Amino acid sequence: MTARTRRAVNLAMGGLTALAAGLVILPLVMIFAFLLFQGASAVNVDFFTHLPKPVGEDGGGMSNAIVGSLILVGLAAGLGLPIGILGGVYLAESRDRRMPWLVRFLADVLNGVPSIVIGIFAYALVVLPMRRFSALAGAVALAVIMLPIVVRTSEELVRLVPSSLREAALALGIPEWKVILRVVLPTARAGIITGVMVAVARVAGETAPLLFTAFGNRFWHQGLDQPIAALPLQIFAYAIAPYDDWHRQAWAGALVLIGMVFIVSLAARVATRGRFSGVR
Amino acid sequence: MRSNLGDRIFRGVLRLAGSAVLLLVLALAAEMFRTAWPAIHTFGARFLVTSVWDPVAEHHGALSFVYGTLVSSLLAMLIAVPLGIGAAVFLAELAPPWLRPPVAFLVELVAAVPSVVYGLWGIFVLAPLMRTWVQPFLGATLGFLPLFQGPPYGVGMLTAGIILAIMVVPFITAVSREVLLAVPNSQREAALALGATRWETTRLAVLRYGRSGLIGAGLLGLGRALGETMAVTMVIGNRPEVAISLFAPGYTMASVIANEFTEATSDLYLSALIEVGLLLFLVTVAVNALARLLVWSVGGAVKVVRE
Repeated sequence: MTARTRRAVNLAMGGLTALAAGLVILPLVMIFAFLLFQGASAVNVDFFTHLPKPVGEDGGGMSNAIVGSLILVGLAAGLGLPIGILGGVYLAESRDRRMPWLVRFLADVLNGVPSIVIGIFAYALVVLPMRRFSALAGAVALAVIMLPIVVRTSEELVRLVPSSLREAALALGIPEWKVILRVVLPTARAGIITGVMVAVARVAGETAPLLFTAFGNRFWHQGLDQPIAALPLQIFAYAIAPYDDWHRQAWAGALVLIGMVFIVSLAARVATRGRFSGVR
Repeated sequence: MRSNLGDRIFRGVLRLAGSAVLLLVLALAAEMFRTAWPAIHTFGARFLVTSVWDPVAEHHGALSFVYGTLVSSLLAMLIAVPLGIGAAVFLAELAPPWLRPPVAFLVELVAAVPSVVYGLWGIFVLAPLMRTWVQPFLGATLGFLPLFQGPPYGVGMLTAGIILAIMVVPFITAVSREVLLAVPNSQREAALALGATRWETTRLAVLRYGRSGLIGAGLLGLGRALGETMAVTMVIGNRPEVAISLFAPGYTMASVIANEFTEATSDLYLSALIEVGLLLFLVTVAVNALARLLVWSVGGAVKVVRE
């Protein structure tokens, strides 16, 4: 091959891979434009403050679903975060070889298990014994989805804490548990918080595991042992219904959901950039 | 070293939290198996090879769902793997450095869009687009193949494959990028020093070195595609049939669970649906386990793969 063809191939591949990257991002632009175009008009005060109207009546909102989602995600975070963060510390600090390897491996495998399968698990674990769909069952499903993400991010961020800090504290005669709780974790805190936010953003959009655990509800929540509404469930129900007004509401709901997810992702991004780029 | 009581208690707590992941996976497998047992016991191997799904007569065969899952995922991989690896090469090797962080961030956002939003977009934008433009075009040009025959419904296997591809491609891109970044710089420098162009360096020194990791990235994407539920349910048409044509509606394992779980009236029906879930669980665990080992073989286990 002559130098000229080699240079041409180089340029062509640069162009082709750039095209691939563009195609990967294109749907995001299309979806966002579409949601803004179709959904923005239905996002109003009523949407955030009103309950869904019965079939045939226009208007109404998704206030119950927004509150329901907040309750579900908050409960899931309460269940999954403490275990997840401690599990991450275990992976980063343990001196054993085999057990951490296995836990790390299983966490990654669990992360790849389809969310609908996790929904079946929560159904068998919570819904069957309680004999009813409940907010609790939905939260358990979301917590199981969250756990491996939180474990792996916390591990990574605990590892980023410089060992000189640990050594300095240990050299002062401070027991290891205190070093971890008072020196290592506070140093990694900002990073762990952003990792947690990413996990929260991910489960906030989950629909499949809630179908037969939280089940959905057209009214205000009536306690944690009762079915509860969630934003993604409501979007799904409205999207497959045959009413135009419901479609509009589904678009509005999707716009709100995607807006929340993006804001959290962006915040997490901005918060980690300044702090950890130097450490890496 | 003096073993402090507080340290021992603390280590115990940490180990407990660590084993929670292990226990959870075991409990998941056990619980699925227990609840699926009536169906496994009743149908045996017939469950996998018959496609009659008649809850009223209590005949349950999952073949059409297995077929739908495999075909839609395969279609998705055909589109997503070249695109994803191409985009990763751009991000890790060929793009000008100032362009990399913003594009990588946008790819992360594509992965963050919830499944149900993709489904909504699929119903109202992609499916009509397929019905009026893409499918008639494919029918006119490639219609001599049985794959592209039949009426263009818009919803169906092809649309499901495309929406799956859109959903898993950012994931493949992100993992492939991590793999490429884990390739040691000495590899690149050696090739550049011999006078290779950027692309030749990438092809000879980087892609070859990271090959097993890239295969792992593809498999991780496959694992996602197999279990993806909402968006597929909303655009595949939900008809339990084994059809050759990609225009025809189909059904996947995840969709049948999503659609029928709350309507399952008899215990055996529910158990059959859970068995479908168990199958999905076993397949995705196998695919993911293999994929992780391949990805780790390049970059080491410790680095978290973002998704």
